[in-house]
Amino acid sequence: MRSQHVWLPEPVRVLSRKQELETTWTLELEPGQSGKGGFLPGQFNMLYVFGVGEIPISFSGDPSQTERLVHTVRAVGPASSQLAASRPMATVGLRGPFGTGWPMAAAEGSDLLIIAGGLGLAPLRPAIYHVLNNRERYGRVVLLYGTRSPDDILFREQLEAWNRLSDFDVHITVDHAGSDWTGKVGVVPALVPTLAFDPEDTVAMVCGPEIMMRFTASALRDAGVDDESIYLSMERNMKCALGHCGHCQFGSNFVCKDGPVLSFDRLRGLLSLKEF
Amino acid sequence: MDDHGVSSVITLDGLQCLLDALARRGYQVVGPRVRDQAIVYDELARVEDLPVGWTDEQDGGHYRLKQRGDHALFGYAVGPHSWKRFLHPPRVGLWQATVVNEDRLHFEPVRDDAPRYAFVGVRACELAAIAIQDRVLMDDNHADPHYRSRREQAFLVALNCSEAGGTCFCDSMNTGPDVKTGYDLVLTELLEEESHGFLIQAGSDEGADILSELPGTPATGAHHRAAREVVERTRSNMGRSMPQTAIPALLMDNLEHPRWDDVAERCLSCANCTMVCPTCFCTTVEDTSDLEGVTAESSRRWDSCFNADFSYIHGGSVRNSTRSRYRQWMTHKLATWVDQFGTSGCVGCGRCITWCPVGIDITEEVRAIQGDSSQGEQT
Repeated sequence: MRSQHVWLPEPVRVLSRKQELETTWTLELEPGQSGKGGFLPGQFNMLYVFGVGEIPISFSGDPSQTERLVHTVRAVGPASSQLAASRPMATVGLRGPFGTGWPMAAAEGSDLLIIAGGLGLAPLRPAIYHVLNNRERYGRVVLLYGTRSPDDILFREQLEAWNRLSDFDVHITVDHAGSDWTGKVGVVPALVPTLAFDPEDTVAMVCGPEIMMRFTASALRDAGVDDESIYLSMERNMKCALGHCGHCQFGSNFVCKDGPVLSFDRLRGLLSLKEF
Repeated sequence: MDDHGVSSVITLDGLQCLLDALARRGYQVVGPRVRDQAIVYDELARVEDLPVGWTDEQDGGHYRLKQRGDHALFGYAVGPHSWKRFLHPPRVGLWQATVVNEDRLHFEPVRDDAPRYAFVGVRACELAAIAIQDRVLMDDNHADPHYRSRREQAFLVALNCSEAGGTCFCDSMNTGPDVKTGYDLVLTELLEEESHGFLIQAGSDEGADILSELPGTPATGAHHRAAREVVERTRSNMGRSMPQTAIPALLMDNLEHPRWDDVAERCLSCANCTMVCPTCFCTTVEDTSDLEGVTAESSRRWDSCFNADFSYIHGGSVRNSTRSRYRQWMTHKLATWVDQFGTSGCVGCGRCITWCPVGIDITEEVRAIQGDSSQGEQT
């Protein structure tokens, strides 16, 4: 980060653009000066589209690769739609990296439950890359992934490849499916009790829609996982990523700098509040 | 009151000399003025520019200027403006993006010619508010350059309050009415039948420098006693008081209290309280582009947690109801602010009460959640 003007983006080129799902695209960007120092799995950048605005987007690439910044974007609003539509060689603005990462170091030696819902797999993918790059540092690793339908499964080929690994368990479930789906049907939290893990020695990393994270955290607690070992990646409106604009507050937490990855003990009691 | 060893008594002419000395040193002098039937902060050149002989009548949703019947220069409480308007302005240009060579973007910071301000008449609650915004916007890895440049250059002429407003409760927030720290000079208005002057004390080297240039007489024990009496009289006239209880725990343990529904029935979600609050710091960022699509400017403007867009994430706002927005504002101000910045976000200035169109009173809301619906003890 250039400290003299914390608000000023850096221009970087889009290097490639790949369609993942109907409205979801993965962009690779030049790292610029901002990206040279690498990033922690779970962190995000502020990406600016000319004349539209700036939005927070999590890293979705391999943290050991610093020559390209990888971001997976769903086109939902004006900025994300424009960003997702950026052609190679177009320039976007970059500020970052920001926020806290997944507890990769603290989780060493433990079993990992990586639990994603929908596009929530994207912010978790850097953690998965990190685990696979350093497989010997972690115990049993389980990925539990849920989407609305089979058509919404992100990074499908990678999931299949990970599933073929002997030391990486992948479970996929969908909310509803047609007759051609032979996999599991049901919501993510319902699958938590069916997984084999040692609750005393497990770190859970959860990212997905807030309601999915709430019920998943609840299922993990019921299974005996400590609040301090359950990590969620929160999403709130962000304008600055500096802790100054105030938009991203969730209780005492500024999601941009205290999060986005927060342990459940900092969220307890607040997630279940309506409109908090 | 710490007098830093330098204090004297000046007349109104001496006060004019102070304004002149500040202007001579290149400061843009800002102080209270009467405008649009309110006392606001604006540029100040002459002592006569001050609201001579005016006071204000303040209550929930009520503000009126009245003649005092004397010639006091500072005989009123705070108005709708706070120094936030100068240090953390309502709108600041951040940067400009220009398209060069068809598709390459160039980013350039918007030139920020922050004036060197001298604020005259900064009350204890406002010094506390500035100290709070310092923590929010400067005491971090990412100091805000716009705030910092204004703040670091500012010269503060503080004022011990001689008049408490109907919505003031600084005493119960431990922020006033006496000025304790964080000023360059501090004034106490000494208005007696036969004499009208100011006890003036320095709180910084630059303040002492300027003080040494002013025509004055050495302050005596009697002057200091008189100044203390002014402040103590103000302390005993506070129109409101915040209940003395562990407010953060009280609010965070009552996030589903029925009082939030009750206040939501009255609150218009108009954001006035956040605009007049001297510590509310939230901003949003706006992008505007020219018609040719060649340049776009990003600017920051005050925002409020009472606005619908404030909590927007894809699919809608997190806080749609007025209940949730008021709860966010008040729990942030009085509870989560303490976790974030080690201090309450409220300084007891009373602006949010006065400028609320329906007169919602933050002290009364706390009292209601506390379960004590009586008026409480007025200190």
